[in-house]
Amino acid sequence: MTGEIVLETRNLSQHFGGVVAVDRVNFTLWDAELRCLIGPNGAGKSTFFKCLTGQLSPTEGDVVIRDFHAGGREPHEVARLGVGIKTQVPNVFDGLSVEENVWLAARRWQGAKRAKVLTDETLERLVLGDIRNDLVGVLAHGQRQWVELGMVVAAEPWLVLLDEPTAGMTQEEVLRTADLIKEINQTATMIVVEHDMQFIRMIANQVTVFHEGRILIEDTMDAVARDQRVRDVYLGHRQQ
Amino acid sequence: MIRSRETRWSLFAAAVGVVFLFAAPQVFELFTIINLTTVLALAILALSLALVWGYGGILCFGQTMFFGLGAYAYTIAAINIGETTAPIFIAIFVAAAFAAILGYFIFYGRVSDVYLAVITLTVTLIFYSLLRSTSGPEYKIGNALLGGFNGVTSPPLNIPGDPSNVLYPEDMFYVAMAALILAYLFCVWLTQTHFGRVMVAIRENELRAELLGYDIRLYKLALFAIGGGIAGMAGVLFANGIGRVTPDIFNLYNTALTIIWVIVGGRGTLIGPVLGAIALFYLTSGLGTQASINNNLVLGIILIVFVLLVPRGILPGVIGIWDRAQSRSKLLRSEKRMRRRRAPRRPEQEAANDG
Ligand SMILES: Nc1ncnc2c1ncn2[C@@H]1O[C@H](COP(=O)(O)OP(=O)(O)O)[C@@H](O)[C@H]1O
Ligand SMILES: [Mg+2]
Repeated sequence: MTGEIVLETRNLSQHFGGVVAVDRVNFTLWDAELRCLIGPNGAGKSTFFKCLTGQLSPTEGDVVIRDFHAGGREPHEVARLGVGIKTQVPNVFDGLSVEENVWLAARRWQGAKRAKVLTDETLERLVLGDIRNDLVGVLAHGQRQWVELGMVVAAEPWLVLLDEPTAGMTQEEVLRTADLIKEINQTATMIVVEHDMQFIRMIANQVTVFHEGRILIEDTMDAVARDQRVRDVYLGHRQQ
Repeated sequence: MIRSRETRWSLFAAAVGVVFLFAAPQVFELFTIINLTTVLALAILALSLALVWGYGGILCFGQTMFFGLGAYAYTIAAINIGETTAPIFIAIFVAAAFAAILGYFIFYGRVSDVYLAVITLTVTLIFYSLLRSTSGPEYKIGNALLGGFNGVTSPPLNIPGDPSNVLYPEDMFYVAMAALILAYLFCVWLTQTHFGRVMVAIRENELRAELLGYDIRLYKLALFAIGGGIAGMAGVLFANGIGRVTPDIFNLYNTALTIIWVIVGGRGTLIGPVLGAIALFYLTSGLGTQASINNNLVLGIILIVFVLLVPRGILPGVIGIWDRAQSRSKLLRSEKRMRRRRAPRRPEQEAANDG
């Protein structure tokens, strides 16, 4: 890889009591990458993700985003760097309309006029126009995921972190999400956490595999798919 | 954003308030008008909690502390200064500043919702017992003797710049009613601004608001301080309505009452708790004149009934029923239209009708 390093973790660890969810991880992300983070359930992907985004304060080690030491900082401080974040469990404003959800993301960084334009553009781009006045709380799970993606997009981030963006989506929605992710990647560096290999195949080139809190292997999708250890990890978990 | 219905209703409510401002002195007896100042002060206090709790999701169990601080600050400042215009602003400032300081520790310390309620209640009760223990002549602030549980007599408002020109009690009604209308419009405006929408967003989902880059601690602190300032202003009016401030303002009964107003009137609306405060005031003072039913018992029952049966409060409940009725009648109408379209025309019937 060439270019600039935009995100780096150094010996990053997160313990929960006796459980070591993330174990001294050294991870490097380069500018303009679309990196997939995979691994079986419980591998520590979400915990790693939460350390990157300020939702957890790492037990040890550091997270560096460009020049900013993000380890142990508040989520809004990470977001303020221009980082768009989607969590595994959808976090949306249930009592507000789809439009207002997206508007709140756009308005954080833009004046009133530009935020309005950006909101309309985002709603159109994500095909949310027809349900713009609906309360997010009454929407189907997949649609709520899309609203959250809309909030990420409307903030025009340069770094986008998505944790399991396709959970609970229909097959058709999954395909659209894959397209959207590739589109976002035109202007933003990305990390996408997934455990669904099918989906990863659609979008990935460089893949990092997590297992028991550590990086098992980091390579191209093809190489990872061929790797015996990765097969064991996935098959082993499937048999459980 | 589709909030025009809300805005329309708010302006309508404010207009009703203006009509009341001019009509009430013509309609009601003097005694009622004088009494209204106190009621309106309580209504503004309810408004401040509607903003902080109903819109911001901050369950403050001690909104009366800012109310009481405003009342005391006004009274003490007015006694020392010898006029009342500056003391109004001093009172609002003291209440807002104290809310900001308390809020700093609560919100930056990431105190959970339950502890926030406990802390605000505790601090309120501390004020109550502290002020009760100030009965000796040594407890003075400037010329103002704190007076323990007897409290302090509050100087009535004077015309700005003319300390000898003091308002009559019946004139206070105009000031209190205007203050309520202005405070209400201010809150309506605030909830429509970017700041206000972020507050609602924080109430809905704190983490999402943070992930969008909003510093929720700062927003909550700001709202808490604004709510404290409004409660402080209500305290000024209360001191004028009663003519005296006592530690009882800070007692448990009063602080529980503010919570009941908001629960009864409805969280998430501004006018609901205002009406709740006014209605409960007249209900309890009506009950107070007879001996057979205990006041606290009635309040307790009202609280339980609302929590269990009308958890959203009267106003949101009524709006909900209205909306459902509207959509049902719309549905019925469109069904009728469909049926009419579907039904084949029967010429003989039409002919019969014609004939
Ligand atoms: N808040 C928490 N407290 C205790 N244990 C946790 C917590 N969050 C995650 N864990 C544990 O850490 C491990 C990694 O979980 P997680 O990061 O959610 O995995 P993944 O996202 O890869 O499925 C699991 O064993 C999980 O039980
Ligand atoms: Mg996960």
